Amino acid sequence: MTTQAMAEVGTAEPKKVKGTPRWGDVILRILAGLVLLYLFLPIFVIVLFSFNDPKGKFNYSWQGFTLKNWADPFKYPPLTDALKLSLNVAAVSTLVAIVLGSLVAVALVRQRFRGQTAVDTFLVIPLTAPEVVMGAALLTLFLDFGWEAGYTTIVISHIAFEISFIAMTVRARMRGFDWTLEDASMDLGASPTRTFFKVTLPLIVPGIVAAGMLSFALSLDDFIITYFVSGSTVTYPLYVNAAVKAAVPPQINVLATAILAISLLLLAVGTLYRRKRIEG
Amino acid sequence: MAGAATSNRQRSKIAPYLMILPALVYLGIFFVVPFYSLARTSLSSSGGSVYLPTLDFNWDFANYFEAFSHYQDQIIRSFVYATTATLLCLLLAFPLAYVIAFKAGRYKNLILGLVILPFFVTFLIRTIAWKTILADDGWVVGALGSIGLLPSEGRLLSTSWAVIGGLTYNWIIFMILPLYVSLEKIDPRLIEASKDLYSTNRRSFTKVILPLAMPGVLAGSLLVFIPASGDFINADYLGSTQTTMIGNVIQKQFLVVKDYPAAAALSMVLMLIILVGVLLYTRALGTEDLV
Repeated sequence: MTTQAMAEVGTAEPKKVKGTPRWGDVILRILAGLVLLYLFLPIFVIVLFSFNDPKGKFNYSWQGFTLKNWADPFKYPPLTDALKLSLNVAAVSTLVAIVLGSLVAVALVRQRFRGQTAVDTFLVIPLTAPEVVMGAALLTLFLDFGWEAGYTTIVISHIAFEISFIAMTVRARMRGFDWTLEDASMDLGASPTRTFFKVTLPLIVPGIVAAGMLSFALSLDDFIITYFVSGSTVTYPLYVNAAVKAAVPPQINVLATAILAISLLLLAVGTLYRRKRIEG
Repeated sequence: MAGAATSNRQRSKIAPYLMILPALVYLGIFFVVPFYSLARTSLSSSGGSVYLPTLDFNWDFANYFEAFSHYQDQIIRSFVYATTATLLCLLLAFPLAYVIAFKAGRYKNLILGLVILPFFVTFLIRTIAWKTILADDGWVVGALGSIGLLPSEGRLLSTSWAVIGGLTYNWIIFMILPLYVSLEKIDPRLIEASKDLYSTNRRSFTKVILPLAMPGVLAGSLLVFIPASGDFINADYLGSTQTTMIGNVIQKQFLVVKDYPAAAALSMVLMLIILVGVLLYTRALGTEDLV
């Protein structure tokens, strides 16, 4: 054993296989593959059932193949309206939260000020509040204020949980940038405002876009908080929840599959665009 | 000091405060004040008539005693379910995160994309899909029945395991990603070094990989445990009246029964228990690894 080890000291080859039984590696890869399959199992079901021809009100068991759901995806106006409303809420709340959250992130990374750690901890707390508690707390606030629950209270609540997500994501993306560029800009006589718009902003925009996309997705998908503060207003997840109690049309699966396909397309385009920019 | 003076020369002292002010004011009004409202409601008692109910704030701690005595089953169940789901997430996520970090090579980004993809479908619709998969006449129940793992009249839907399975599935992404991030940071030379020093695979796993992956394990555990403990959708869609969690009670008391003080007291209990855990965690590790 010793001589073997000594013989290996001189060789430049990294000893990758030493002590690693091949079968262990294979088992690990199979396990990972199975977990990946598990993640996709419901997705297969959702896509498959968008082609189902259900007999009753519920699209839960396979009855037969049809294309008619795809031919008429907007058959149920309440479903389409709910989806439109959710897109609206996600867009408005994300825009506001981006401004508020990014300012905090820039201040935390670029500035030194008293109470910085406190602000840092304070921003994490909303991320750790369970949604049911945050929804309940916002509901009691709106009851105390005497505000009627609806579109406005939904947007207000979404902004409240998005700010921390955006601030944390932008902050994480900003670490490790070359900030001497800012000093260089000011050394060359640019005003702080000009430096911000010409140097700082272009540096942080990719992080802000990524954070905005995350926030948009979170808003679109939010059920629990919205459920508490929505009154009689119906967003997309709220429509789906009501459907579970009454009737689940296959169009729900059609729109879910369409959203998935569009996200996939955007992801692919984004990746290709980035690759091209790096290569070009 | 000279260097600091140069880099700060044009920055005003109030600039950072102006930048954080809007967000802090917003979170003050729509995050801190709501918790004050919640706390106040939890210590109020319902009064007035059936037609014109009123809430009177009078330090009514009875709500808390009632919350514990009436709903101790749901409180205990929530924590058992959420803990089990967190452990299952860890068990399932570790091999996948490990393979992505160390074995995926040039497919790394592709697999990461695939891992995130299912979560582009609304949480509720994913849970409905599990209802189909676990249905009594579904192929999973059929397959388990035919190999004798499930008695002939056995079901999966409406059991504790269906709820725990739903919780696991819906939040596993929050375990995979932090685990991957901390495994990715490990220098492979450290693992090689441990093997050069005659460490067995098991030893280099427990002595090198696991300690370095710990921030990811802890962050992932919190990010799964917190939403899972407060969830009511999985128990509602996949469970039965025997599997209700604290979230179901809070939701029902607030939106159906409208017993605001009881619901608020339950919410406070859930929040306080989680807050203590998070504070201990951030004290020990800082906030950097949490997101």
